[in-house]
Amino acid sequence: MEIDADNLSATELRLGLPGTSSSSDGVTRKPSPSVGAKRALDDTRSETSGTSPAAGADDDHDAAAAPATKAQVVGWPPVRAYRKNTFQAAAAAAKRKAEQQGGLYVKVSMDGAPYLRKVDLRMYKGYRELREALDALFTNSVSAAAAAEGGGDHQHALAYEDKDGDLMLVGDVPWDMFISSCKKLRIMKGSEAR
Amino acid sequence: MSTPHSSSTSSAPHRASPPQIPESLTLAATASSGSPSSSSASGMRDAAEDDSDSPPSQMSEDDPGGGGGGGGGGDRWEPDLRGGNGGTGRWAPPDQVLENVLESVLEFLTAARDRNAASLVCRSWYRAEAQTRRELFIGNCYAVSPRRAVERFGGLRSVVLKGKPRFADFSLVPYGWGAYVSPWVAALGPAYPRLERICLKRMTVSDDDLDLVAKSFPLFRELSLVCCDGFSTAGLATIAGRCRHLCVLDLIEDYVEDEEDELVDWISRFPESNTSLESLVFDCVSVPFNFEALEALVARSPALRRLRVNHHVSVEQLRRLMARAPQLTHFGTGAFRSEAAPGGGLSVTELATSFAASRSLICLSGFRDVNPEYLPAIYPVCAKLTSLNFSFASLTAEELKPVIRNCINLRTFWVLDTVGDEGLRAVADTCSDLRELRVFPLDASEDSEGSVSDVGLQAISEGCPKLESILYFCQRMTNAAVIAMSKNCPDLVVFRLCIMGRHRPDRITGEPMDDGFGAIVMNCKKLTRLSVSGLLTDKAFAYIGKYGKLIKTLSVAFAGNSDMSLQYIFEGCTKLQKLEVRDSPFSDKGLLSGMNYFYNMRFLWMNSCRLTTRGCKDVAQQMQNLVVEVIKDHSDDEGEAEIVDKLYLYRSLAGPRNDAPPFVTLL
Repeated sequence: MEIDADNLSATELRLGLPGTSSSSDGVTRKPSPSVGAKRALDDTRSETSGTSPAAGADDDHDAAAAPATKAQVVGWPPVRAYRKNTFQAAAAAAKRKAEQQGGLYVKVSMDGAPYLRKVDLRMYKGYRELREALDALFTNSVSAAAAAEGGGDHQHALAYEDKDGDLMLVGDVPWDMFISSCKKLRIMKGSEAR
Repeated sequence: MSTPHSSSTSSAPHRASPPQIPESLTLAATASSGSPSSSSASGMRDAAEDDSDSPPSQMSEDDPGGGGGGGGGGDRWEPDLRGGNGGTGRWAPPDQVLENVLESVLEFLTAARDRNAASLVCRSWYRAEAQTRRELFIGNCYAVSPRRAVERFGGLRSVVLKGKPRFADFSLVPYGWGAYVSPWVAALGPAYPRLERICLKRMTVSDDDLDLVAKSFPLFRELSLVCCDGFSTAGLATIAGRCRHLCVLDLIEDYVEDEEDELVDWISRFPESNTSLESLVFDCVSVPFNFEALEALVARSPALRRLRVNHHVSVEQLRRLMARAPQLTHFGTGAFRSEAAPGGGLSVTELATSFAASRSLICLSGFRDVNPEYLPAIYPVCAKLTSLNFSFASLTAEELKPVIRNCINLRTFWVLDTVGDEGLRAVADTCSDLRELRVFPLDASEDSEGSVSDVGLQAISEGCPKLESILYFCQRMTNAAVIAMSKNCPDLVVFRLCIMGRHRPDRITGEPMDDGFGAIVMNCKKLTRLSVSGLLTDKAFAYIGKYGKLIKTLSVAFAGNSDMSLQYIFEGCTKLQKLEVRDSPFSDKGLLSGMNYFYNMRFLWMNSCRLTTRGCKDVAQQMQNLVVEVIKDHSDDEGEAEIVDKLYLYRSLAGPRNDAPPFVTLL
């Protein structure tokens, strides 16, 4: 008899590339939903409440909601809403506070700019804030480039160098994971990025 | 803490001391009034409900209308009091004097199981028992109607009611499903003016209900609400203000509905004279409160032993509370952080002095937003602690170790998985007397990193051989570790392992987790509660059916290959009372294999399996005293869907309930 997981995993949204499966899963016919991606507590998760279909009208009750990035099963793992709610809010806030005490400065280079800048990644809550801050920092270099542009992002791609030294595109992983692995930022010219 | 002990309070029973038995009257005397007639047995057997969450009392569910008439045959219980008359099969009118004597004697029976047995002896005993029962336990509020309970029992002092099925805690029961306490309060009020205690679990309690409680019971002493919802600080204010003899107000993991601008200062409403408060637990009331009023309340409550505050309490405030109540035994410490800027605020030494002065502390909880620098303040009490709840404190192994090293007498420990296997090893090294361990996940999602694993479980099993209850959330587990625990901890009564990734096999061998759970049921001969997880085939359930003879509560999720699993369970687990199943490939065939057993169970819950309306209807038609509820996810009118999303069936004397919302179909 077929195990449900086959059907479930086929339709699931996952963080990793399609076809990847957890290395710890010895049963090959059932790729585990997990790809070992670290799920950090970020703000988006605590905001997305009440999107689960099963909980009906009472959004505040529903803690087993589907986060923005992945479809989770309702009520699994079986942790009471009381614990999930009270803990997520407090822990995320506390983590934020603790993290803000230490700075995480990384160099930012922009192709064509004469010198580099440094930014404190802990100052920003997410990717959007980071991009805006970088726009502000490099606005001179940007406007020195081609006049017709709708916003800094179109002509430039934001990349970073991670712990292993690889050049990665910014925005793929959750913010908290990004902060912990980013060593250097690089603003690349659009032509190079393609 | 969300109570490591039972959900009902552990305070002494508040009943008048039973009357003295005169010397001349002994149990072996001629206390016979002819042979007892047997009350007819209904189709339902009594189910003993030694639910670990509730006091060992139950409500006998046999049909009281069944007159014995003729036939001494069928006696289930041979009382010693009969004085040798033997069952001659003649029904004799009850002796009034005997009934009074009987009532005096039965006063001494407290355990519900004993009471239920006594009530089955004959009508006389039934009546006497009904008049003398002081505590009523109803495991499913829909199993019997309030009217019926009130008609039977004459002198109740305490009522324990449970409502929604447990999976409601995980958002699987839609809002508005039911379990309203209103009809109960309305019935209990006029019937038991001397009622002293109400304990509710998973029920909806409105402010009006609390108001009615406060008005109806002038001698009210204990209110315990666990996992309830529907009330606000306004309701609490009424209780505080009107119940002048209140001893216990325990609010545990409730959802208290409050708008920030509609808060009521309920703490100020307690009587201004000395109160009788022994226990005040309100850590789940998450809104700010009047601290000065609490401090004053604590100061004028000389009997206060248990105090658990919410996270709006800083260490500075904690110190003030401890100064007022040095006699505390159970303390929920709030945030455990200073409200001052770093550098200022209370020093650790000063806080430690306060703890040192609280010589009776045996249970600590709270630590909601803990600043680890303050942890050393509890060292003075660690050696005496029997219960410690760090399950809301995100501590690392390094932060935990110096604390746990001192807790040599710990029996109950709740913690977050942030301490990792290393932290658990430290626990195992020190806490050799540990009886209950709960390891909760910081990040309760399937693909979180998970910091504890089979390594931690193994360590615990080696260091804590007296373990009786474990709840363990992890991402990686092996059969070997589970087998080790089954051998090292033979006293296990509760084994709940949650491998958070669904269908996850043994991390090392890649095998299903069948053998691990099989070993648990085989070796842990006292096991009454089991929750399984990970990749499981029918084999696991064959083991469970074969060896799990004492299991009363079984939770199954994402497990099994076929309906055989259900069959193994129903046929094998003869003491099964509560079965909750989700997302497993069980169909109508599996459901029907339980037909002969449903009356012996309190309930069966199945969601996201492969049941059809037809199969459920079959069950409903064949079992008259069973209520079969089919619950839809949405309220939209899809008509009658073929596949059943959620099934909840339970035995009941009350028949289908009349307060079911539109998304519930009663078959």
